[in-house]
Amino acid sequence: MEAGTQTTGLTPGGLPPLGLKRRRWGEEIIRALLFLAAAISVLTTIGILIALLADSIPFFQEVGSRFFTDDSWGPLFDANPTFGIWQLLNGTFLITGIAVLVAVPIGLASAVYLSEYASPRVRKVVKPILEVLVGVPTVVFGYFALTFVTPEILRAIGINVEGFNALSAGLVMGIMIVPTIASISEDAMRAVPQGLREGAYGLGSTKRQVATRIVFPAAISGIVASIVLGVSRGVGETMIVLLAAGLQPNFGINPTEGYATITTFMGAAADGDNPAGSIGYESIFACGLILFVLTLVMNVIAIRFVRKYRQVYE
Amino acid sequence: MAAPPPADAAAVRMPGAGFVRHRSTQLKEAAFAAVLLFLLGLALLTLIVLLVDIFVDGVGGLSGQFLTDTPSRIDPSSSGIGPAITGTLYLMAVCAAFIIPVGVASAVYLEEYADRNNWFNRFIEVNIQNLAAVPSIVYGVLGLAFLVRGPISLGNVVMAGGLTLGLLVLPVVIVTGREAIRAVPPSIREGSMALGATKWQTIWKQVLPASIPGIATGVILALSRAIGETAPLIVVGAVAFLTSSSVSLLDGQFSALPITIFGWTADSETDFHALAASAIIVLMVILLAMNAVAIWLRNRYEQKW
Repeated sequence: MEAGTQTTGLTPGGLPPLGLKRRRWGEEIIRALLFLAAAISVLTTIGILIALLADSIPFFQEVGSRFFTDDSWGPLFDANPTFGIWQLLNGTFLITGIAVLVAVPIGLASAVYLSEYASPRVRKVVKPILEVLVGVPTVVFGYFALTFVTPEILRAIGINVEGFNALSAGLVMGIMIVPTIASISEDAMRAVPQGLREGAYGLGSTKRQVATRIVFPAAISGIVASIVLGVSRGVGETMIVLLAAGLQPNFGINPTEGYATITTFMGAAADGDNPAGSIGYESIFACGLILFVLTLVMNVIAIRFVRKYRQVYE
Repeated sequence: MAAPPPADAAAVRMPGAGFVRHRSTQLKEAAFAAVLLFLLGLALLTLIVLLVDIFVDGVGGLSGQFLTDTPSRIDPSSSGIGPAITGTLYLMAVCAAFIIPVGVASAVYLEEYADRNNWFNRFIEVNIQNLAAVPSIVYGVLGLAFLVRGPISLGNVVMAGGLTLGLLVLPVVIVTGREAIRAVPPSIREGSMALGATKWQTIWKQVLPASIPGIATGVILALSRAIGETAPLIVVGAVAFLTSSSVSLLDGQFSALPITIFGWTADSETDFHALAASAIIVLMVILLAMNAVAIWLRNRYEQKW
């Protein structure tokens, strides 16, 4: 724009030319300050990386391959500490797995219902209620899992669970993830062009057939993205697991037992007294690094998938 | 106009019309819809059960004294959330003081100044997207390494906790702020520039005032996310049970509502669970109020251009 006005020497009224290249220093300074503010988010990422690496590197130097070869996790033991990450990964993915088994059917059913079946009025009522689930702090879900789901539901129906168990944590985490899966999947389904649905109806399809054979496959990349993001939220979730699944590192797939996860170890170790520089302190950062990498990879995958459906239909 | 009869009824009444579904097909259709509704209902039912359970557990413990007393690990009957409430208020104040200027400035830069062809600007955007998915406990680790110890070394104080929460929810403010700024039509900017205003004058006098309701909504949503965060506060060293309600920004320990809730819930003495439930009610009421204000703001000041 400015370049265009500079070509005229004098304006018809004899006024000085527009767009005279006068540097406005105030404007430049403001622009620089705004840029600095925007750069804070980049600095945050760099800060996270530095924080995680600075204390992880000495940890890995000391622990070395024992991180993968030790068969138990106990870096805080004074005598014979052990450093095998597998128990924590076992706990993390067992509980997240249970959560996904709950959240995928409920989340996808909600998405299909809201996108294909619900009248606008029903959607207007149901969607905000689902959003309330997003707003519930996870410590509240943790309270619910420990004091209600474990004793009043699981034990009441005859499942003999320990006080801390993966099942209760997983079930409640599943409910926590439902809105993530439901809302992203619903967006993807609503982005499917109406013409595809009408074509299928024209060929005699029923509503169910349109939903399951036309809309669902057409929205599949968004649906996959929603599930990956849901898993990522589960893997990074701390409070539900800390309260309901306990702190005991464990191997196995028995959901009635307690399991420690990456996040619960971090929370518990940071809560305790671990002087900076001790191996216990460093292990918090090593776990943080694993967690950061896991969730970052999942998020990048999810963004890819979302972009894919946007490119196709929007 | 008479409403056309529903398709199903027509199919039943006019068997010759070629529109009849087989009875088994009709059954499958109904069963499928019923399953969808059942699963959706399950999610809503869980939410209701959760709210009712907490209400039943905690409503008896609510009193003026509960709001002001200091918490106890020994005697549930004379225990309260005084230090937790002051701590949470201070945390929110620090958080707001950080996210409002930084978040709005970032949003203004990205919407009004950034050249999207520049790789660094695109990187900022992707980065904000990724930051939103970083687990909250990792922000706690960031706060621990840089704010509590390390280069800034504030110690386990409210300032460190509030800034950690601020970094955590900053993406929320930036994203909603950008939407609000984008909603201001270009003609407003062009009109202002045509009258001789500089770019910054245009932003400051026209664009920002017009987008304040949207920005305010985003800030409240961000704070309502921050107020319930527990894991990062555990890592930066917030304390569940403090014996004094006085807080200072840069000195001394602090507590917070979610941390106290965590402490009481994790207590093996189940007498304390009722206290946790009472504190949850207080937290949820605050959350509800914040969300109500956000929705009211959005509806009240929604600008139609």
